[in-house]
Amino acid sequence: MNVNCLIIGAGISGASIAYNLAKKGMKDIHVIDKSYFTSGATGRCGAGVRQQWATEMNCILAKKSIEFFEHAKEILEYPGNLEFKQEGYLILATSKDEHDQFTKNVALQNRLGIPSKQLTKEEALKIVPHLNPDSFYSATFCQTDGHLNPFKMTEAYMLAAKRLGVTFSFFEEAKEIIVEDKAIKRVVTNKNVYDTSIVVNAAGGYSYEIGQMAGVDIPVYAENHEILATEPVERMQGPMVMSFSKNIYCQQVPHGAFLMGRSNPHVEKNHDVESTWSFLDHMSKTLVDLMPKVAELRVVRQWGGSYNMSPDRQPIIGGTDQCQGFYMACGFSGHGFMLAPMTGLLLSEIILKEPSSMDMTSLHIDRFKDQTIAHTEKSVV
Amino acid sequence: MRKEDIIMCRCEDVSLKQIHDLLEQGYTTFEDLKRLLRVGMGPCQANTCGHLIQRELAKHLGQSVEVTPVHKVRPLVLGVPLKKIAEDQDDER
Repeated sequence: MNVNCLIIGAGISGASIAYNLAKKGMKDIHVIDKSYFTSGATGRCGAGVRQQWATEMNCILAKKSIEFFEHAKEILEYPGNLEFKQEGYLILATSKDEHDQFTKNVALQNRLGIPSKQLTKEEALKIVPHLNPDSFYSATFCQTDGHLNPFKMTEAYMLAAKRLGVTFSFFEEAKEIIVEDKAIKRVVTNKNVYDTSIVVNAAGGYSYEIGQMAGVDIPVYAENHEILATEPVERMQGPMVMSFSKNIYCQQVPHGAFLMGRSNPHVEKNHDVESTWSFLDHMSKTLVDLMPKVAELRVVRQWGGSYNMSPDRQPIIGGTDQCQGFYMACGFSGHGFMLAPMTGLLLSEIILKEPSSMDMTSLHIDRFKDQTIAHTEKSVV
Repeated sequence: MRKEDIIMCRCEDVSLKQIHDLLEQGYTTFEDLKRLLRVGMGPCQANTCGHLIQRELAKHLGQSVEVTPVHKVRPLVLGVPLKKIAEDQDDER
């Protein structure tokens, strides 16, 4: 089968890239996914969208993505409800050191047009009254951050892409990528053989493996990050509450349930996405400390999902001189969902050799050739 | 009885019509339906709707229920307040 472009991975990144390419006029785009709809990181994420970052690049990508989300329903003509709410992210500082770092972060964010601000403890308690006042020092808040339904957002991109002629195939797994003279020729899956000169690696947790198939060494790996959902209750918390030092993010979604996750500093690098007792144990203790009222809710379900980690915790978006026609959108380090609109726009510009909306040097895979990494994102749970 | 009046998932109030509509659109697994309709995400965690939807999937796909996967079972089996986990409280009577 002949296609102009084969996208591997039908999560939010793959769907957004497909939509953007098709919108720019490319024909014969096909997207494959090894499992069911949003089976990977997208369908397992915490459904948060934020602009409060510590690196300039993440701030810009996030801000422009939020601007898209604000009009996504109309732009993509989606009949369903994307459950987008902009009730902010409240990020807690738990020490003077963290407070001082956040002062710098907010200055950077404000310079880039992100309306975040630093709050005193009292101001933070006005926004989320059930916070334990003894558990934090100060906070930052950005009203335009918020929540978005990952399943619905991905479906919106997928349906819009389909209307533009893109085809999708689930339960289809890439097995081999044939490269001749350092250029993409063919992709063999468990169901088909595709003759193509362009392959997009949007495989999330499996990005490294897809890179290996094409002979491209991508410095990324997968690790399990766990999360849980409580019973739904009446609305009691507007913003996502987050703390890097306490290792937690926790929001009440429009449906009423609370979603909360944390990372495990001892997690192994692999594709495990199972649940552990120790996550539940640590999470419950963190919550009793931070928001005792929320800790009274019942857990109905816990699960895990893969972060695809890059060395500087910022994504790799672009091509490579190691293999012509091989493009990457990976290494999002847990934030691929909220950056997807820009991922799709920027990679489609690169693939179609259009002038780029922004300088892409610091997202190119070649930045890791240099031993010293310029800016590592530290605002990550 | 009209399909919109037949409730398949009582936790999230999802009708047989909503299930059939998504199957018509080409979705083929419980996991797809779960993500788009919230079936199996409520307090009973698909204890009620799991086998009902499995039967509808099997019928739609023209295959037996034995080869039609149900949802991925996730912990916890029963809803437990986070606070009790933190306190390591023995709740058995």
